[in-house]
Amino acid sequence: MGFRESWFHAVFWKRFRGNRLAVAGGCVVLLLFAVSLLAPYITPWDPHAIDAYHVLLPPSTDHWFGTDELGRDVFTRVVYGARISLKVGFVSVGIAVAIGVVLGLVSGFYGGIVDTVIMRFVDIMLCFPTFFLILAVIAFLEPSIWYIMAIIGLTGWMGVARLVRAEVLSLRERDFILAARALGASDARIIFRHILPNALSPVLVSATLGVAGAILTESALSFLGIGVQPPTPSWGNILTSGKDYIEFGWWLSLFPGLAILVTVLAYNLLGEGIRDALDPRLNR
Amino acid sequence: MVPLLLGITLISFVVIRLAPGEPVEAMTAMSPKITAETRQRLREFYGLDKPLHVQYATWLKQVATLDFGRSFAPDNRPVTDKIKERIPVTISLNLIALILEFGLAIPIGIFAATHRDTLYDKGITIFVFLGFAVPTFWLALLLMYFFGVKLGWLPISGLHSLGSETLSPMAWFVDLAKHLILPVSVATFGSLAGLSRYMRSNMLEVIRQDYITTARAKGLTERAVVYRHALRNALLPVITFLGFSLPGLIGGSVIFETIFAIPGMGQLFYQGVMGRDYPLVMGILVIGAFLTLVGNLLADLGYALADPRIRHGRG
Repeated sequence: MGFRESWFHAVFWKRFRGNRLAVAGGCVVLLLFAVSLLAPYITPWDPHAIDAYHVLLPPSTDHWFGTDELGRDVFTRVVYGARISLKVGFVSVGIAVAIGVVLGLVSGFYGGIVDTVIMRFVDIMLCFPTFFLILAVIAFLEPSIWYIMAIIGLTGWMGVARLVRAEVLSLRERDFILAARALGASDARIIFRHILPNALSPVLVSATLGVAGAILTESALSFLGIGVQPPTPSWGNILTSGKDYIEFGWWLSLFPGLAILVTVLAYNLLGEGIRDALDPRLNR
Repeated sequence: MVPLLLGITLISFVVIRLAPGEPVEAMTAMSPKITAETRQRLREFYGLDKPLHVQYATWLKQVATLDFGRSFAPDNRPVTDKIKERIPVTISLNLIALILEFGLAIPIGIFAATHRDTLYDKGITIFVFLGFAVPTFWLALLLMYFFGVKLGWLPISGLHSLGSETLSPMAWFVDLAKHLILPVSVATFGSLAGLSRYMRSNMLEVIRQDYITTARAKGLTERAVVYRHALRNALLPVITFLGFSLPGLIGGSVIFETIFAIPGMGQLFYQGVMGRDYPLVMGILVIGAFLTLVGNLLADLGYALADPRIRHGRG
């Protein structure tokens, strides 16, 4: 581990720090974590408090992002919406990475018929327009954020599986694996102790970018009315009211959309930054 | 090809049938008069009382003859007919968007690559990152607000204005074009970023190669080097990209067809999903996946045709 740690500090961190955009992305991601954790302390309003006297107010010093059709503070709802986005992003990517890593490891390590079957399955899954598949399943389930996270995860693991498999194939024949085998290490030990740690960096990149994708998917689903259900605020479902009240309140459409844009942008920049910092070919 | 097709049908079937809630329940939930016996009869009528593998076999036999059964919607029409009349809309819309996308993204990518690290390149990089991050439905909303509501320049829903049948062919076409501007722009923008970035990195990769140095050393102009020598090789992987982007395009149509009320496959799918129209949803899933498969195959063929190394069996 000593080598990895020193490599991390000396090379990775130095390269990553040099990439201003990636650092900015990382800061925004941290900020989003803080906002989700501290939501009740950031805003004085209650995200569910209906106020019939203050409906569809434009942005003001009281209501930074205005109020919605039920008089709720839009800034507050956007802040609480960050919680949903983070949750969806991390849980669904966690599921996707877990499935992708296991199938990729098994496929690459054992090869043969197991590999053929798994990779064929990946090919088939990749044929489906993902959004169709997600919609089809979600529509037949009770609307729940857990189903949404599960389904985004279950339809998003194929890329990771391919990545991990490719890494395993290139690692499998190396001398240090042979050495481990000669020392009598079991398959499980070789896979998890020797191969997995070496295959993790592309997975990390793909996971970071995956969070961005999952957040976009969730917001699109919520926007279509089959994702996170009101009154729970999510950026997507605030935009649904934005669409319904487009002639009366631009602020209902503008701010939640900006929140999605900034968040997705931040994760993408972070992911690309990690990739560049890990890529040995890019010695800048 | 055949195992892939079988897999596609199997997954479509399993995914829909494993979901809780039953079609007959969904169909009859709104009418309290229906008794348990009627439900049972409906179940038998649709073959839903048989074991799953039998149902799958029956359905597969139908699908093999391109028969996806009848829609559960009140009109009760064959699913194939319903899909058939929607496919042209979605495909032509996506085709226009695709042509625009390639027409814009390839020059943008080349330009960014040949002007590497200049202000243009940085501007384009920012644009690309924004393009990746903008939710298309939000962009659609903003465009609808500005050009539809605020300025009143463009219609924001459907493909034709009311009473467009009475217009002269020219006016009818202008009307259609006006309706298409917003949805096509949104569809194009959504995929522009990915392709221009891809094109840029291809071009950068190619420009680094030895034969380009040779071409430069021969004293060719930069123009000739870029457009005659580098471009061809940089364009090759784009063919594969085309194949990969198909499922995204088809999937994305759900969003903008729903927002702009365009009667295409995406909207039909959304309606089917909301109405729990099992045969329709399964039909579109299979056809969507099938179209993707065909697209990938065409991309592979196109690649083989375009790449002399493969064409002459040396690759």
